[in-house]
Amino acid sequence: MSEMKKIKNLKEFSTSADRFEGANLLCPGCAHSIIVREVLNATNDDLVLSASTGCLEVCTAVYPYTSWDASWIHIGFENGSTAVAGAEAMYNALKNKGRLKQPDRNPKFVSFAGDGASYDIGFQWISGCMERGHNIMHVVLDNEVYANTGGQRSSSTPIGSSATTSPAGRVSYGEKKNKKDMVAIMASHGIPYSAQVAPNKWKDMVKKIQHGMAVDGPVFINAVSPCTTEWKFDPKDTMMLTDLSTDSLVFPLYEIIDGHELNITYRPKNVVPVEEYLAAQGRFKHLFKDEYKYLIKEWQERVDANWAYLNRREEARV
Amino acid sequence: MAFDKMELRDIEVWDGNFAAAQALRQCQIDVVAAYPITPSTPIVEGYAKFLADNYVEGEFVMVESEHAAMSGCIGAAAAGGRVATATSSQGFALMVETLYQASGMRLPIVLNVVNRALAAPLNVNGDHSDMYLGRDSGWIQFDSYCPQDAYDLNFIAFRVAEDHDVRLPCMVHQDGFMTSHTAQGVHTMDDDTAYSFVGDFKPMNDMLDFEHPVTHGVQTEEDWHFEHKARQHNDLMTKVMPKIQAAFDDFKTLTGREYNIVERYDMDDADVCVVCMGTSVETAREVALEMRAKGIKAGVVGIRVVRPFPFFEIQEALKDVKAIAALDRSAPGGAPGMLFNEIAGCLFNTDTKALLSGYIYGLGGRDLTKKHLVDLFTELQANVDAGKVLTPLQQFIGVRGPKLQFL
Repeated sequence: MSEMKKIKNLKEFSTSADRFEGANLLCPGCAHSIIVREVLNATNDDLVLSASTGCLEVCTAVYPYTSWDASWIHIGFENGSTAVAGAEAMYNALKNKGRLKQPDRNPKFVSFAGDGASYDIGFQWISGCMERGHNIMHVVLDNEVYANTGGQRSSSTPIGSSATTSPAGRVSYGEKKNKKDMVAIMASHGIPYSAQVAPNKWKDMVKKIQHGMAVDGPVFINAVSPCTTEWKFDPKDTMMLTDLSTDSLVFPLYEIIDGHELNITYRPKNVVPVEEYLAAQGRFKHLFKDEYKYLIKEWQERVDANWAYLNRREEARV
Repeated sequence: MAFDKMELRDIEVWDGNFAAAQALRQCQIDVVAAYPITPSTPIVEGYAKFLADNYVEGEFVMVESEHAAMSGCIGAAAAGGRVATATSSQGFALMVETLYQASGMRLPIVLNVVNRALAAPLNVNGDHSDMYLGRDSGWIQFDSYCPQDAYDLNFIAFRVAEDHDVRLPCMVHQDGFMTSHTAQGVHTMDDDTAYSFVGDFKPMNDMLDFEHPVTHGVQTEEDWHFEHKARQHNDLMTKVMPKIQAAFDDFKTLTGREYNIVERYDMDDADVCVVCMGTSVETAREVALEMRAKGIKAGVVGIRVVRPFPFFEIQEALKDVKAIAALDRSAPGGAPGMLFNEIAGCLFNTDTKALLSGYIYGLGGRDLTKKHLVDLFTELQANVDAGKVLTPLQQFIGVRGPKLQFL
């Protein structure tokens, strides 16, 4: 039987033993480590983990050190999902053959990858894993940029953001394309569970991770991960930024069950204007020039429309 | 064990693909992650069918690309079990990134490579371009000349790869279509005998041992990367050949079939010889005998282990011969062929005065005919008689148009 952790409050959470060590090389204020701890803390079961190449990987497994007190593998940039899918296949094979060393365990197979490794270069691998029905969970640490290589745009980078390959300049407002809706794409595979989470709403996150670990089949989780370096905010403000992202509804928190049944899981009491979210980050600084202010208005309209869409989906129960 | 044994005749009529598939069944592979490509597809189709008919117990993961196939194999092997797959050509090329990762992570995967040309132009037929593409990847590479070899060498490959002193992945090569789709008599082992040769898989650093968590695939920069690569090379250079020889010896004891790191045919008193791989070895052997009837003392050297390259075995095999032709079945891309270069490297600084010339042949499935080899041996004898190489060092044979030769 699966063993899910019961954590009552934040104090208990912060002192709970975990299998991801604080000794790592991630930037001060990076949300990745907070998300990873919250995911791993959702279960007492054994773990088989992977990380695709990216910030998390290069900061937690530099020989001869490791930050992982659990089985962990990194192969390359694009194939972290398939790495745990292969391990899951081996688990099934050895289970059927009666060759597991610890047959009473109930391991969870989780791959972590950035948005570059998920939305772009690893897209096909993740799609394959979702379609084939592996009993794995793929968690995107979505900081909307190739942070590990220094801030290039990915297909998760939102419109108007200044990235190093789509920089704002005298005649450009930066990224021209809208962010790809990865949760919808993954849900369209008909997988049992997909969700968007944020580290500030840790109870919501833990609940979703536990739901995902309990279902039989592939699970896709998109976690907003504010990046102090590339979003350009003070490292002490990570949680404030995360609050702004969820409360402005730029990152609405919801889940999709069996590929179609959508539930909104967090409704901010006071919805914050998108402008406040944008104003808190250096990557959107140029949008506040007179000639680009129309983009802020468009941002708000887009977020409102998406929120209305999610509400209609939830009401429709289809 | 829940699966059924299969009754085999002592000699079955199998093509190379089916021979390899039968070997995978008898080795009881735990996980095959695979993607179809001509001409290797029937190997993994065979495994899938054996699974469907309960002749093997394991997991077949039909993934969405060859890159994912090897990625899944790496995850499965790191989890701790026996893993194999098969590919060819473009699929092999797509896998290349993960080939280096598999060997660097010291995972004992067996990859059957049914050799095929690399595009462009697109071509499904056999040459050794894919084999050559893998030669710096840190894998052990075995070469088959016929379906019997494709069957036998799979057992050898698992034995060597999974040895805890080796822990390196192995490729078993066979020629696309000429071996893979040509049915011949194959001497078989019964299921129990075959399995006993490879034995139970003995996991090491397995991710599914939760009492001993391991971190696979770390990062090393200028401080440690070189040491890791050096150690891998050291093991390839010093540990692998003795293990291969021991496996060949044990296999001969078990089956009576003899394999050698370098195969020598009519080499004891040979004046001239060709060094080649794949199905060309058998053609060359036949022509060498015919040349002997004409008074030319011809011999053939077949490369059985491509990587690690059999440096000393080649020196030994070629020490008394007077003229050597290195036959390379891969477009050399602006250089002498691989075999030419490796053989030249082996013989340099030795006392041999042998004359070495190189031939590029058979690209994209072009036949190497007996006539080609008769002309070639005749050319080698002329070199011996003249005491020097009379031709350019690199000649293309069997290609249309004016004679193509370089160097």
